[in-house]
Formats: sequence, C-alpha cells, structure tokens
Amino acid sequence: MMETIGLYNYWVVIVLMMTGFYIVVARDNLIKKVIGLSIFQTSVFLLFISVGKVEGGTAPIIADGFEVYSNPLPGVLILTAIVVGVATTAVALGLVVRINEEYGTIEETEIHRQDVEA
Amino acid sequence: MRDQAVPRVVAKLLIPYILLYAFYVQWHGDYGPGGGFQAGVIFAAAIILYALIFDLRTAQQAIRPRVVGLLVPLGLLLYIGVGIATMLKGGVFLEYGVLEHDPVHGQHLGILLIELGVGTTVAGVMITIFYGFAEAVSDR
Amino acid sequence: MIDNHLPILQILLPLVAAPLCLLLRHRVVVTALAIAVTWVTFAVSVALMATVLQQGPISYELGGWPPPWGIEYRVDILSAFVLVLVSGIGAVVATWSPASISVELPRYERHYLFYCAYLLCLTGLLGITITGDMFNVFVFLEISALSSYVLISMGQDRRALTAAYSYLIMGTLGATFILIGIGLLYIMTGTLNMADLALRLQDVADTRTVIVAFAFLIVGVSLKMALFPLHLWLPNAYAYAPSAVTAFLAATATKVAVYLLLRFFFTVFGYDFSFDRMQLWIVLMPLALIGILTASLVAVFQNNIKRMLAYSSVAQIGYMVLGISFASVSGLTGGVVHLFNHGLMKCTLFLAMGCIVYRCGSVHIDEMRGLGRRMPWTMAAFVAGGLSLIGVPMTVGFISKWFLVKAALEQGLWPVAGVILFSSLLAVVYIWRVIEVAYFEEPLAVDGQGPVREAPLSMLIPMWVLVAAIFYFGVTTELTAGIAQQAAASLLGVVP
Repeated sequence: MMETIGLYNYWVVIVLMMTGFYIVVARDNLIKKVIGLSIFQTSVFLLFISVGKVEGGTAPIIADGFEVYSNPLPGVLILTAIVVGVATTAVALGLVVRINEEYGTIEETEIHRQDVEA
Repeated sequence: MRDQAVPRVVAKLLIPYILLYAFYVQWHGDYGPGGGFQAGVIFAAAIILYALIFDLRTAQQAIRPRVVGLLVPLGLLLYIGVGIATMLKGGVFLEYGVLEHDPVHGQHLGILLIELGVGTTVAGVMITIFYGFAEAVSDR
Repeated sequence: MIDNHLPILQILLPLVAAPLCLLLRHRVVVTALAIAVTWVTFAVSVALMATVLQQGPISYELGGWPPPWGIEYRVDILSAFVLVLVSGIGAVVATWSPASISVELPRYERHYLFYCAYLLCLTGLLGITITGDMFNVFVFLEISALSSYVLISMGQDRRALTAAYSYLIMGTLGATFILIGIGLLYIMTGTLNMADLALRLQDVADTRTVIVAFAFLIVGVSLKMALFPLHLWLPNAYAYAPSAVTAFLAATATKVAVYLLLRFFFTVFGYDFSFDRMQLWIVLMPLALIGILTASLVAVFQNNIKRMLAYSSVAQIGYMVLGISFASVSGLTGGVVHLFNHGLMKCTLFLAMGCIVYRCGSVHIDEMRGLGRRMPWTMAAFVAGGLSLIGVPMTVGFISKWFLVKAALEQGLWPVAGVILFSSLLAVVYIWRVIEVAYFEEPLAVDGQGPVREAPLSMLIPMWVLVAAIFYFGVTTELTAGIAQQAAASLLGVVP
C-alpha cells in the first residue's frame, strides 16, 4: 500500500496523460483538442522531471557543503521538449485560425459536413 | 486597458524590471539557473504585457514586427556561427574549448554566445507568435 | 579537414540555409540558394556513403563530448543509405519545384517561407537518420514534423488545412509516444546513446518498464510511418498538399520512420529481444498484410489520382514492414531496398502529378483524358513509375518484390508470397485506370484556352533523372541491393 502511494508522481502522470488523451479523442472542438494535446504532452514532461529528483538532493549547481545533487539531465531534456510543445501548440492554433477563416467553424463534425457537401 | 489606471501604472512600473530580469537570467545562465530559453520568454513576456495594456499598434511601433522577424534567423545564425567558428579553429562542432587559449575561458565564451543566440531567437519567436495571433484578432 | 566534418555538414548546410532564406527573401536568390544547398547536401551524403563503404561506421562527437555523455552522430551503412535517398530526393524536388509552387502557392510572395520550411524539414529528416542519440531523434522528429505540417497547410484546397491539422494531432501523439518510450528507457538505464543503451538494456530486459517502453515505441513509430490502421492522416495530407510537398514527403518522411523502426528494434533492443522474446512479427506481419490488401483495394476506387497514389503509399509501407517482419537477411534486404526504391518511384509519380496540376489545375481522373498525347513526356514518366510500382522486371519495383517473395518462400510462407503477387495485380488495376484514360480517350474539350501543353523543361528534367534512376537501379542491382544486404546483415548481427 505504502509503495503504491509513494509512487504518487506516476499516478499524477497517468491521470493527466489519460485526461489529455481522452480530450484529444473525444472532443469535437478543434481548440479543445489542442488543449488536450498540451495536457498529454505536459504529463510526459512531469514524468521526466519527477524521475530526475534524487532523494535528499539539492539543485544541481555545484556549491560548498552539498554532496548529493538531483539529476539535471531530465530537466534539460524537458526544457527542449517544452519548446517543442510551445511550437506545436502555436502551429496548431495557427491552423485553427485559418480553418475558422475558411470554414467559419471549428467544430469537427460541422467541418466534415461541409467537406462532404462540397 | 489603457484607460484603467491600476493595470497601466503597475505595468509601467514593472516592465523595465521584467526586461532587466530577462537580461539577468540571460547573462547568468552559465553559472546559475537561467539561460537563453528562459530569458527570451521573460523578455517576450514584457513586450506582450506592454501590448496587452497599451494596444497592439503602440507595441508594434516600439518593437517593429520587421525587426522581430529579423531576430529569429539572426539568433539561429549566431548559434550556428559559433559552431562553425569552433570548426574553423580546429575543433568539432560546438567544441567551445578551442575558442580561447584556455579551454575553460573558451567554454565560458562559447556558452554565453550560444545562449545569446538562443535568447534572441526565442524572444523573436514568442513575440512573432503573439503579433501573429493578435493581428488576426484585431483584423476582424 | 572537411572529411572529418562530413556528418555535421550534412545537417548544418540545410540548417544554415533555412534562416538565410528568411533574411534574403528575394525570390530568385532564395530559390537558387535552396537548390544549390540541397545539391551540396546530396554530395555530402554521397561522400559519407563512400567513406562508410571504405572504412566502416563513422562517429562524430558534438561539442567534443565523447559518447555516451555527449550527442553522437553515427553513420553506418544503413543510415548512409537513407541519407543518400533523403538528400537526393530533396535535391531533385527542390530543382523541380520553382515552376510548380509559382502556380500552386496561393500567396506566392511568401515563397521564401516555403523554402525555409522545406529546408527545415530536410534538416529534420536527415537529423533523425544521422543521430545516435535517442532524445536527439525526438527533437529532429519534431523539427521535420512541424515544418511538414506548415508545408501541407500551404495547399490550395481548404481541405489542406484540416488535413494538416489532423496530421498535427496524430503526428504529435506519435512523437509523444516515442518520447514516453525514450523516457522509460532512460529511467531504466540512465543513458540516451543508442549503442550504450543497447548494452545496458540487456541487464534489465526482463522488467515490465522496458516492455512498456517497447510498446510505446512501436505505436509511436507506426503512427509516424502510417502503418495500417494508423494511416488515417496520410491520404488527405498527401492529396491536398502542394505537389512539391507531396512528392518530397511521400518519398522521405514515412521512409525515415521505417528507418527509425529498424534502428529502435534492431540496434537498440536487438533482434533477440524484439523478435525472439517479444515476437514483434506477430504484430507487424498481419498489419502489413492487411494494410497491403485494403489500401490497394481502396486505391482502385479513388478518382483523385494524388489520393490514389497516397493509398498506394500506405500499401507500400506494408511491403517494407512485411520485409522487416520476416527478420531474415533476405526479408530485411527486401524491406530496406524497397524503402529506397519506393522513394524513387513514388517521387516520380507525384512529380508527374505535379506537372499535370501545373498545366491542368487538377488531378481528377476525368481531367486526364487524352493527356498521353498532350503531355507525352509527363505521362511517359508516370507510366515508368507505374510499371515500377507494379513490379515489372527491369524496374526497381521488381527488385524489391523479388527479395520479398524470396524471403517469404524461404520461411515457407506461401500465402504471404501469394498476397504480394495478388496486390501487384491490384496495382496493375489502379495504374491501368489512369493509363487507359490518358492514352485511349479523346482529349477533354478545352473552352477558351489552347490545348494543354507539355510541362516546362525545368520540371521534366528532374523528373526524368528519377525515371533514369528507376531503370538504372532496376538493371544494375549491386549498388542498392548490395548495400541493403550489407545493412540487413549488420542489423541482424550476421557477418556478411
């Protein structure tokens, strides 16, 4: 029991991941899909960052009086991944703006209906 | 929001310090927490705050979209330029140690220049994204 | 001195040229720069290939940090082979593109953005192929993916936007799945370097975490390479993107994903884990076979020819995965050589489509009536590509099917060989529909305009370079099949 609770960071990650994934799959609104995608990506960032923490370790900057440091690498990797995430969100929202200009809607079923009629 | 006193005054007070903080984060990225990514975002946040409080057009007069558009490729070219300089000095790509006679100094110089390139590009990209969406809204 | 820096130059050249496009902006200058840079990139990849053939794998340490700490660029025979394909297609399509994008991009004053995104996409695809670092794979994957979403959304039809959007959603999900897999592997081993990872994974191969990582990587890579049934983003994206983009992506993007599949499951996990312990072929082979049959069948009923070719691409991905799922030297050879050959022929076919769009404005099958007489050279190139797709001897398509059938028979899988031959018949059907309309029907009455003319030379020459390659590599197989065989042997750890 304690072991399961002790790994709570993984539970947070799993809940966020499934929430995001569900939004992407189930929502009809294109912007909500982008939000879901961002939540999905963020859960993975949390996964990486939480495993970089070393019990009792301090921030990974060399200083006197500290022996144990957290692992800096996951944080650095995720910094890159966050930038990628920002870029993805920006491109996605840009596409949604253009779709709204062309179709006059951002509901997927409505867009599909217009495409079928055309 | 220009006509509302509290946001306007607070923003006017804060924006210079936000910019200053951006530069602090930029130049202390080699020995402390910080670096180009964070600094670029903080810098852009100051500009975006300015555009939100005063309007977009005022912000674009202060920071012209054309200049911002130039920042993006220039920062990237600075980054790559450092890499090419290390190659010309006989090292491999981004081997900062060869930039100076003392490898430690070289590392120092290299990382500062690289982070400057990253900061420039990130700030440019963030402001470009904001301008792009804001223009799309204000056109309507 | 240049020799030592070849691996980084491969990435650096297009990466430098992309921001330069933004700075220069002048139409002629940017176009000339893009064409020149892509050809130099191609020359670099050929030089890398020659070096690898002579001296074996090359390693380049970025920043002078030795692996496994630093990022390593590693070129072995398989990655050199894919690099040659990607950069070669990149150069040919860039040379072909100026006339095409001048009619197909609605806002032509923004053409420098097209070349910027094109070069970034090329950088990303080359980067995935050359890097020996797992996380670097993810970064380059996203560079190429983001720029390809932008490229696809430049299409004239408004459906290009929704196609790019759904590709973005699927592609990002795929890339994030890959990131999760990489993260779980990093948790278990503490390393990101592929070669180091392969060593350290052996101690922890039995843990559930590694198995979950394996599953995430399979799904992520399958999404990226549009393996049936994860191919739903592909047909629309290829059908509505500008022709130059379709030709480039169809020949490179999914091929690089296939390369990733090989890298992950043979180099990182190793044959023993992927195929003995995990029985990966149980997943891959049925999906590949169903994909080949259904996608070929759907292709037969398409009236938009670009869409038809897109479905055919899904089927061809099935062939490559089928070859990989045999996990034998001849199967892998077939998969790898088909990766190269399909790149050549699909690019030719889509370039021919691009020429038709340039002159007629549409690729609907009704528009193609009588084009065999109006645009003889374009249609001849289409026929050459089509014959190769069917697998007629003397073309590259025959070589790959030969290896695949041989691999199937080696393992006694007669029905699989049957499926390969049957789907070739389906290819005959859908290619013939176009040929029949183009050569045996009267030209469409054009009102107001003169008859449709042949495409300009600037488009015909790059296209016919590819046609020549189709026949050249279809006759002399030492180069492609020989290299693919060596690559297959090294993946399986067999001394050739």
